Amino acid sequence: MERFEHSSVLRGIGMSQVGRRLMRDPMSLVHEACMAAIADAGLEVSDIDGVTTSPGAISGPPTGYTFGGAFDVVELLGLTPNWVYGAAEAPGHSGPLVDAMLAVAAGLARHVLTVRGTWESSHTALLRSGRASPPTPAGRLSGRAAWHAPFGAMSPANWIAMQATNHMSTYGTTREQLGAIALNARANAANNPWAIYREPLSMADYLDARIVSTPFGLYDCDVPCDGAVAIIVSHADSAADGLHPAVGIEAIGSAIRERISWDQGDMSHEPLQQGAADHLWERSDLRQDDVDVAQIYDGFTFNCLSWIESLGFCEVGEGGPFVEGGTRIALDGELPLNTDGGQLSAGRLHGYGLIQEAIIQLRGDAGGRQVPGAEVAVVATGGGAPGGTMLLTRTR
Amino acid sequence: MQDDAPLRRPLPALDDTNRFFWTSGADGRLRMLRCSACQTYVHPPRPTCPTCHHADLEPHEVSGRATVVGWTINHHQWHPAFEPPYNIAVVALDDDPSLRLTTNLILTDPDDIELGLAVEVQFLECDDVWLPLFRPIPHGEAG
Repeated sequence: MERFEHSSVLRGIGMSQVGRRLMRDPMSLVHEACMAAIADAGLEVSDIDGVTTSPGAISGPPTGYTFGGAFDVVELLGLTPNWVYGAAEAPGHSGPLVDAMLAVAAGLARHVLTVRGTWESSHTALLRSGRASPPTPAGRLSGRAAWHAPFGAMSPANWIAMQATNHMSTYGTTREQLGAIALNARANAANNPWAIYREPLSMADYLDARIVSTPFGLYDCDVPCDGAVAIIVSHADSAADGLHPAVGIEAIGSAIRERISWDQGDMSHEPLQQGAADHLWERSDLRQDDVDVAQIYDGFTFNCLSWIESLGFCEVGEGGPFVEGGTRIALDGELPLNTDGGQLSAGRLHGYGLIQEAIIQLRGDAGGRQVPGAEVAVVATGGGAPGGTMLLTRTR
Repeated sequence: MQDDAPLRRPLPALDDTNRFFWTSGADGRLRMLRCSACQTYVHPPRPTCPTCHHADLEPHEVSGRATVVGWTINHHQWHPAFEPPYNIAVVALDDDPSLRLTTNLILTDPDDIELGLAVEVQFLECDDVWLPLFRPIPHGEAG
């Protein structure tokens, strides 16, 4: 079956410096990532004829969540693109890559630069020291926040924790099982030079850490950081022209089949994963058994466990036993998971660290954390907000 | 009950579509929007029914009884009005369990919270808003 994704390949990747409190202008991080990706693809800046990003420009004072929008990238690099797109409403953090693939398939662009940058760690430090303008003083609430914030439910840590408690009560999932995901991430981070936290983490460390919002402790939560990742989505007819083996896109999943809400649906899983997961398998002949490496969004440990179930690597409710002990998800297990250390240990690059790692694994360039012979990677991002999935392949 | 906390919680902006919900507690009763054509409850409030697409929706009084379907004890201070630790819960309304409200439970021991806990509404009056909070229904009175 021919799909629009097959018109594109992922030809270049670039990552900026990544770290805590780098105190760099986020546009310098974005510039670093973009130039690295363009060079990695064997292209010139002038070859870039499309730009996508997420969440796009946000009005009001900067938040640290993003550097700016697609227009800022055009100005930053002096581009004259045929097409740009930046938006927050997308199927998962990988949505801008889907936009890029659609533009390539439609003939609107040949080499699209997709970039995501964040500087949450420095921005928080700047706010605390009075060197950045605080957010606009809060007036009355509107939108989704109006249904949560009056009750002190301020953070995804709260919204997702309530799904985790449901899962634990319904299926008997334990903190130690959630902890297996955090410990696996840390073990993999030890082999990743850009990971932020690389020292060993024990189950005792995990269980003893301060509680954020039950059942989540500190190590159930990902690490706010500064950094940017850029990916070049090129027309498939240029695949052989790159400096590295091009990575193919077997299929994407983008479907929304639940309420777009943190509380108006079944609480036993993270909302808005199942549609994107089912859609992926509906659009591919590959199956779970074909997957060699999984890069799955781990904003919290439970997000990851819920995605493992949604993607069908185990039955719904069996995610706890599936990850228990960490053997199955280890680098040499049946489903190597978040081989870069994930967002839990490597840092929260809003999905793009995970996506880049999938590409590195399929190139065979992951060094000490390489899954031998990796040919198929599954990537899942988002959830809560609509999720997005991708099946990437070394060859197609 | 009146909110006598030293700092005001963040409160929703009221408009002609949601005002009925946030002020429903003035007479101690919980109301949810319902489609007059197909009888489907619609939440959060909006002007049209996503099921049958009619535009004739009316606030409908519900029992105020509900069941806990998710909860957390938050230990991090996100906002000066909320001193941790405090509980947050999602409850499913007995009148239609697909209707959910994020809320706080009024109880002294957080260990009493469990999946399926039967609760009933108790409003917290904050300026022009009545926030629907929920308290456990004493044993023997549920149902």
